[in-house]
Amino acid sequence: MNGTPIISAKNLTKKFGNFVANDNLNFDVYEGEIFGFIGANGAGKTTAVRILCGLSFPTSGAIKIAGFDVYKQTEKIKKQIGYMSQKFSLYDDLTVYENIRFYAKIYGMKTKEIKTKTEDLLNELNFAHARDKKIRDIPLGWKQKLAFSTAIFHNPKIVFLDEPTGGVDPITRRQFWDLIYKASDKGITIFVTTHYMDEAEYCDRVSIMDQGKIVALDTPVNLMKEYHSRNMDDVFIKIAR
Amino acid sequence: MRTILTIIQKEFIQIFRNKTMLPIIFIVPVVQLLVLVYAANLEMKSIDLVVIDNDISSVSSKLISKFKGSPFFKVRSSISLKDAENEMKKEDADVIMLIPQNFEKKLITENASEIQLLFNAINGTTASISNVYCRMIISGFNQDIILNSGNLYPELATFETINIENSYWYNPKLDYKIYMSSGILVILVTVISMFLSGINLVREKEIGTIEQINVTPIKKYHFIIGKLIPFLIIALFELAFGLVIAKLVFSLPILGSLWLLFGVAAIFLITTLGLGLFMSTIAQTQQQVMFIAFFFMLVFILMSGIFTPTESMPDWAQKVNYINPIAWFMRVIRMILLKGSGFAQIKKEILILTVYGISVLSMAVWRYRKTS
Amino acid sequence: MKSFLSFVKKEFYHIFRDKKTMLILFGIPIAQVLLFGFVITSEIKNVKIAVWDKSNDYITQEITNKITSSGFFELNTIINHQSEIEKTFKKGKVREVIIFEHDFAKKLHKEKKANIQLIADASDANSANMIANYTKGIISNYMIKHNEKIKLPLQIITKERMLYNESLKDVYMFVPGIMAMILMLVSAMMTSISVAREKEMGTMEVILVSPLKPIQILLGKVTPYLALSIINAVIIIALGYFVFQMPIIGSLSLLMSETILFILLALSLGILISTAAANQQVAMFISMFALLLPTILLSGFIFPIENMPLILQWISAIMPPKYYIIILKNIMLKGTGLLFVWKETLILIVMTFFFILLSAKKFKIRLE
Repeated sequence: MNGTPIISAKNLTKKFGNFVANDNLNFDVYEGEIFGFIGANGAGKTTAVRILCGLSFPTSGAIKIAGFDVYKQTEKIKKQIGYMSQKFSLYDDLTVYENIRFYAKIYGMKTKEIKTKTEDLLNELNFAHARDKKIRDIPLGWKQKLAFSTAIFHNPKIVFLDEPTGGVDPITRRQFWDLIYKASDKGITIFVTTHYMDEAEYCDRVSIMDQGKIVALDTPVNLMKEYHSRNMDDVFIKIAR
Repeated sequence: MRTILTIIQKEFIQIFRNKTMLPIIFIVPVVQLLVLVYAANLEMKSIDLVVIDNDISSVSSKLISKFKGSPFFKVRSSISLKDAENEMKKEDADVIMLIPQNFEKKLITENASEIQLLFNAINGTTASISNVYCRMIISGFNQDIILNSGNLYPELATFETINIENSYWYNPKLDYKIYMSSGILVILVTVISMFLSGINLVREKEIGTIEQINVTPIKKYHFIIGKLIPFLIIALFELAFGLVIAKLVFSLPILGSLWLLFGVAAIFLITTLGLGLFMSTIAQTQQQVMFIAFFFMLVFILMSGIFTPTESMPDWAQKVNYINPIAWFMRVIRMILLKGSGFAQIKKEILILTVYGISVLSMAVWRYRKTS
Repeated sequence: MKSFLSFVKKEFYHIFRDKKTMLILFGIPIAQVLLFGFVITSEIKNVKIAVWDKSNDYITQEITNKITSSGFFELNTIINHQSEIEKTFKKGKVREVIIFEHDFAKKLHKEKKANIQLIADASDANSANMIANYTKGIISNYMIKHNEKIKLPLQIITKERMLYNESLKDVYMFVPGIMAMILMLVSAMMTSISVAREKEMGTMEVILVSPLKPIQILLGKVTPYLALSIINAVIIIALGYFVFQMPIIGSLSLLMSETILFILLALSLGILISTAAANQQVAMFISMFALLLPTILLSGFIFPIENMPLILQWISAIMPPKYYIIILKNIMLKGTGLLFVWKETLILIVMTFFFILLSAKKFKIRLE
């Protein structure tokens, strides 16, 4: 990896009362990378992502996103990023197009551009027939693909995905990762959290979290080598023990 | 501006798709106006009067027939005070009138005679009103018998009479419904605006969509204003709808300018909508918003002077009422509708409502946090 | 039994942890009783009046003094011209204008008759009526005093007694009403919303597949609200008793048993609503419109039922709070026993069973 990091976190700490959710996290993410945050439920992944997105303030630490400071320049950061939360967050009672249009307009995109881009997107996804269907009427896998497409619709520099593939079947997950690769090819930096270890292998680099701390950070290949494992599942089990 | 329009567009789509909200928006005003106005009626129509006539004279029976002739009383007779009191205990009697023995005799020989009236005073208000009606009939009757026997008492001619002419302006028939329905219009827009806006934002919290909004670079005041305007429009529509119903059913007079009315209403609604949004920035669940809103509305509405005159409240309560936007709007709407007051007469109220609107709205914007 | 107890415990935690709701739940009854006790009153006090005294002699001044020193009225504006009447009313403060005719005292002495004109702002019809009557009363008293030397014949004197509430405190009437309202709010509304919430969140299914019997689930849901309601009822009674000296003439134990009966009724209503409502919003609005508004309006809480149109009287006959309020007033203020309220009690019991049966039936259908 080269150049300056697009995300840099130094000593990121977040406490809720006495509970330390993130304990001195240090990591850099470079432009164009697919960076994975791996860990069991409750390891502190979501807390960290929410801080990076500007949804919550860290207790201490120096964090910069696309060159902006998370304490003072959250609104500038928000222009540069996309976010797909664990809690599924398209509007149930709006149609596919209405959802895309709503978010795109908030990011200041022109109506005409939104129209053509939506058509291209839905054609690419093979989903043009569902343009006017309400979100509540389409299957979960599709909802997630749409949520991701919406999150990168305005061409952000970075997109944060928090457990994007929770609860879907392996085939849909694979398709979802195809979308991630496509976005990555366009130059969007991907920051993804997951507890599926096979997905860890799709990332350029992963950091493994356990009880609020980063316990390992490297490329999947290097980690497998270091821990003499054949897959990331093994790596994780060895580290977590 | 474009962002605000985007949010407004989205809210309207959602409101019109919501199958439970739409009927509520249309049914609430009808139910509130019809039921409330007819129910909230302090006009006494049938005061249950139980008479115990121990005199059975011509004067006592004339007096009783006076009561029987009045549209306000339903007269029954009873033999003993005990029976009558039992009826009152069962809520079957509002007033007991006891005419003692020798009532007529005393009246003629001693020039004065007593009647006892016993009121069921659990409801103090209706008891006092019943009292006023009873006294009106009795003193009217008394004047009649004095006049009829005028030639027997020559000194009466020197009596210096003050004659009182009494007229009621703006509502000569003393129709209580006009007063109530104008007040209910205020309740209507308050309830609708506060609940709808309050529940709306917290719902986005509950289902999680607020997060997605919060990661966008949207400006806080854009978001709040975008949330506010759709409900402002709906509430104004409700006001218009309510006015039509009140006009048709209760012949509510509209003496003042409708433009002025809707203008003040819009200013007032900014306050209530702002309060709703403010509450939903504090609350976590719809249930909480419901209860908080319910609590404040109950207090504000009861103190607003909808049923009772605000001047009768103790001083401290009248001071508290300065921060009660509903009380101000209640005054204004009645002044415009029933008396035809114009801008010049309600300048002060408008100014105060404007100050509230701006401060509440800024509070809501300030309290809404994109980052926690 | 053990699993049932732990379920009840969980429900208690749920409710008592929500500090904001708890605050409101105890705040509402306290604020209401205090409001009705101290603030809301329909009596006439400090009413602002305007006087147009065309004569300005000793009699008109005496009458004006009598009126303004009565405590009911405050002199706000002096009027000098016809056109000012309308202007004064439109400003909204003044509610009555009193006009004395020219040469008032002179006419009174010479012609034995002088005229006063009262104009009341009747946009508030009730107050206008009372205001006019009070003014007339003061003037008539003055007139009788003025004619002291003449002994009036044939005077019918009325002696009034206000039974059950000598000093006409509004709070006596409102305490029973507030109790009914709060118990409805806590028992029926909260229960229905919380069950609907579990349905919305999907947690209800988890409970339904547990080894608990449906009746245990219902009981578990209902127990914390029963406790909350009883606490609230005690708070209201205590406030009324200690702050406003509201008497409890009848038996306290009868009062509490009737209260528990009413709470049970409200809880069963809440369960019934929640079986019908798909989500919180629907539950809220059903509770608001089917429970709360009727409780406030059609139960005799504020407005006497006899004055309503027939159709509303019929509707009020099926409103449980109506009967509860009658029972409360009887026990607290009139000191009557079960002998006088057995009918109302019976109606409440029948209604309770009806609601329980109906919701049990609905609940079962959902399970199958």
